[in-house]
Amino acid sequence: MADLQDMPPLEPNEKLDIPKLLEGIDQYRPRRKGWTWRKLVPHQHVGPFEYRETSAPLERSVPLPAAHYFGDIDPQPDCVITTEIASGRFEDDIRRMRMAAWHGADHMMVIRTAGQSHMDGLLEGTPEGVGGIAITRKQVRATRKALDLIEDEVGRPINFHSYVSGVAGPEMAVMFAEEGVNGAHQDPQYNVLYRNINMYRSFVDAAVAKKVMASVRMAQIDGAHNANATAREAWKVMPELLVQHAINCAYSVSVGMPAEDICLSTVPPDAPPAPCMRMDLPYAVALRDLFKDYKMRAQQNTRYMESCGREATVSHVMNLMISRLTSADIQSTITPDEGRNVPWHYNNVHAVNTARQSLVGMDGLREIVKLDYDNPEFTGKVREFKERAVLFLEAMIKDGGYFAAVEKGYFVDSGQYPETNDDGIVRLADGGVAAGSIVARAADYLAPVCHHFGANHLPDGLAKPCAAIGGCTLCEPALVPFTDELDPEDNVNARLAQTAELRAKGLIKPEVEWAGDGLVVVTMFLPAPERVAEFAALELGKAMNLRDAEVIHKQVMHPAEGTLIEMKGRLDVSVDPATLVIPPKPQMLTAEEIRAFVAERGLKVVGATVGQDEHSVGMREIIDIKHGGLEGFGITCEYLGTSVPVAKVLDAAIEHAAQAVLISTIISHGDVHRQNMEKLADLAAEKGVRDQLLLIAGGTQVTDELARSWGMDAGFGRGAKGIHVASFIVKTMRERGM
Amino acid sequence: MARADTYAQERGHLAGLTDEQLEAHFWELTQEIVDPLVELARTHTSPSIERSVLMRMGVDSRACVAIVTECEERGLLGHGAGNVVLHCATLWDVDVRAAAAKLAGGAGWDAVEQRWGVSDG
Repeated sequence: MADLQDMPPLEPNEKLDIPKLLEGIDQYRPRRKGWTWRKLVPHQHVGPFEYRETSAPLERSVPLPAAHYFGDIDPQPDCVITTEIASGRFEDDIRRMRMAAWHGADHMMVIRTAGQSHMDGLLEGTPEGVGGIAITRKQVRATRKALDLIEDEVGRPINFHSYVSGVAGPEMAVMFAEEGVNGAHQDPQYNVLYRNINMYRSFVDAAVAKKVMASVRMAQIDGAHNANATAREAWKVMPELLVQHAINCAYSVSVGMPAEDICLSTVPPDAPPAPCMRMDLPYAVALRDLFKDYKMRAQQNTRYMESCGREATVSHVMNLMISRLTSADIQSTITPDEGRNVPWHYNNVHAVNTARQSLVGMDGLREIVKLDYDNPEFTGKVREFKERAVLFLEAMIKDGGYFAAVEKGYFVDSGQYPETNDDGIVRLADGGVAAGSIVARAADYLAPVCHHFGANHLPDGLAKPCAAIGGCTLCEPALVPFTDELDPEDNVNARLAQTAELRAKGLIKPEVEWAGDGLVVVTMFLPAPERVAEFAALELGKAMNLRDAEVIHKQVMHPAEGTLIEMKGRLDVSVDPATLVIPPKPQMLTAEEIRAFVAERGLKVVGATVGQDEHSVGMREIIDIKHGGLEGFGITCEYLGTSVPVAKVLDAAIEHAAQAVLISTIISHGDVHRQNMEKLADLAAEKGVRDQLLLIAGGTQVTDELARSWGMDAGFGRGAKGIHVASFIVKTMRERGM
Repeated sequence: MARADTYAQERGHLAGLTDEQLEAHFWELTQEIVDPLVELARTHTSPSIERSVLMRMGVDSRACVAIVTECEERGLLGHGAGNVVLHCATLWDVDVRAAAAKLAGGAGWDAVEQRWGVSDG
């Protein structure tokens, strides 16, 4: 049996080598089984802060964008963070998992290809999927192997997850248990309601699947959240959601799954413009009251998700606030582009970051912001949800139990129970996919394997069930068979061959989903009404040489004045990095060198925000000692304030005998930033001080190139720090002998 | 049948319960609904369950399909596909993987017929 000894560790500056990963895959065995929670660290100190709800740090990660203001800290929230991956090609899925892991995801949920839930049996090999991956042993094993490497790279265990649903649930559960899959969706109600799989078959299969999952302590996630996504008015299904969660929980425990491994997939059902937090919080509390023994997998609302990534992100943050005000063990994320695309690489990362950013930002919030249990409206709603759910259960029993209730359309009705609108999903007990396929176990029924659920007439005296056959695969991993590719054309090798040139030559081609897919997005504002703008955009796409251009988001800014358009298209161009002329990064002096120079020579600068411009933050960041600015190097700084005329800045520099003038110019419309720079250069020349002064401009729209072309000695844009400016001043003064 | 929201009329018998009593009642009702489902599962099997048994016996997925399909056609699923394979392995004095391979190839079913008779289904 092979382990990772055959594979060198991943290097952060090297790409995943897929062909190498697949070598020896027939022999690869998972290093562990079962779910892993994060290691909580109470009162953890990270950088200058103390946290209340964080976990052990990562060894390698990409911190949040603003982290560079805080010493690049990357505190990790307490709950597991999920990312859902659905590219349809495992070789691209795993590259995306690596990116997501570097941003803090430790639960990789792989979506299945459309239609797999109706396949009666397992698929093999690595066929391409649609809207998800064909889940096969080879795909699962290669993904698990990649995740073993990735978790070593980032320094935290990563949970791998897919679906034990459909008509092959027990087989899927066995394969997952054998291959070290750590979590799975399993809920027979999902099969019945949303996949129209026969209800008897679904429940009979589920018992065996759950028992096998429990044998390796896989985490189970239920399917109740789908009622939110399906019901016409999602806020009315809350009593039913409690019932669906309860049925799967009680059924799972009854067949041998520990309650602590069972996670409720719960979604705040509403979204703005509904007053959603006030509606959803009592539900979240009722749920957590009733399901104290179970875990909460807080899912993001997708019911009202449209094509606007900003809107989806705001709803996600509100959902995260509910998680922080109540509780979450797993925080799920849906990519902000799911309303318009099969999710793209960078949107997985965005969604993970929305969770990481919000959870860390709301760290410890519950200690000071508490739910008001003295508010009768709030506690009354909590109680009402529970009572409505109880009425639902009582009526189900009166009507003949679960199967009868489904036949009567109890579930996913748009009325808030006991209100009904007679529009629930109706399934018949003898209908659906695989109807009539269950068989009563005979008096001699025998299954000589471990972790089997149900009547089983094993011979007496066996140490364990599989002793009758000399061991089963759950006890003896060496017995697990491996099937390689069955389709000579639809497999990973054939796909890799198509992009071999890109990899061999290291060519760079844009991608969002698959290596070399060429997809790009163009954002544009078009001064036209919505429909005109859409067709104008497609015309512009042709001019940009975009193939398959398609508008993926449009938003009216004003019915007549214009429309925001986001358009995707394929750019069949690749760049050979060997042909690029990349200027070397400017060499910076060390802080010590700068301080030594300033101590010896003394250095004075005059700074101001010039023109009619009230922005002062940028210049303060450059100057202030507390932001690591020029003062910290011993440089004397005269800051004149905002909206200062250019002439006044220059006069001050002459008066103070400064060596450098810093002007900040944030406002750039009407080219006012250019005019200010040119004016400063001209005035300095007129007054005969140009050679004695370094003229430096900064601002968000400023680049070094532009500033120099407009008469400055240097320009500093977004991201510039005091040390960059100080380094430039000292180096230039040395070079010029100033 | 559509029905207006009768919550206020129907909740009378719940109004006097404490939260703890209400929650306990919720779980008792749930268990009452779930118990017959568990019993159905305990006493029944399915093609996927039987394939999952063969998988655990170390049989590859294509052979699992072949054997379980044959068992279904012969009305033998209720005895257990693993039972069928184990019976043949014992009879032929080979391991269960070898017996499964033979049965998946369509051979040896006469031994199964001798043990459980000819299908009436």
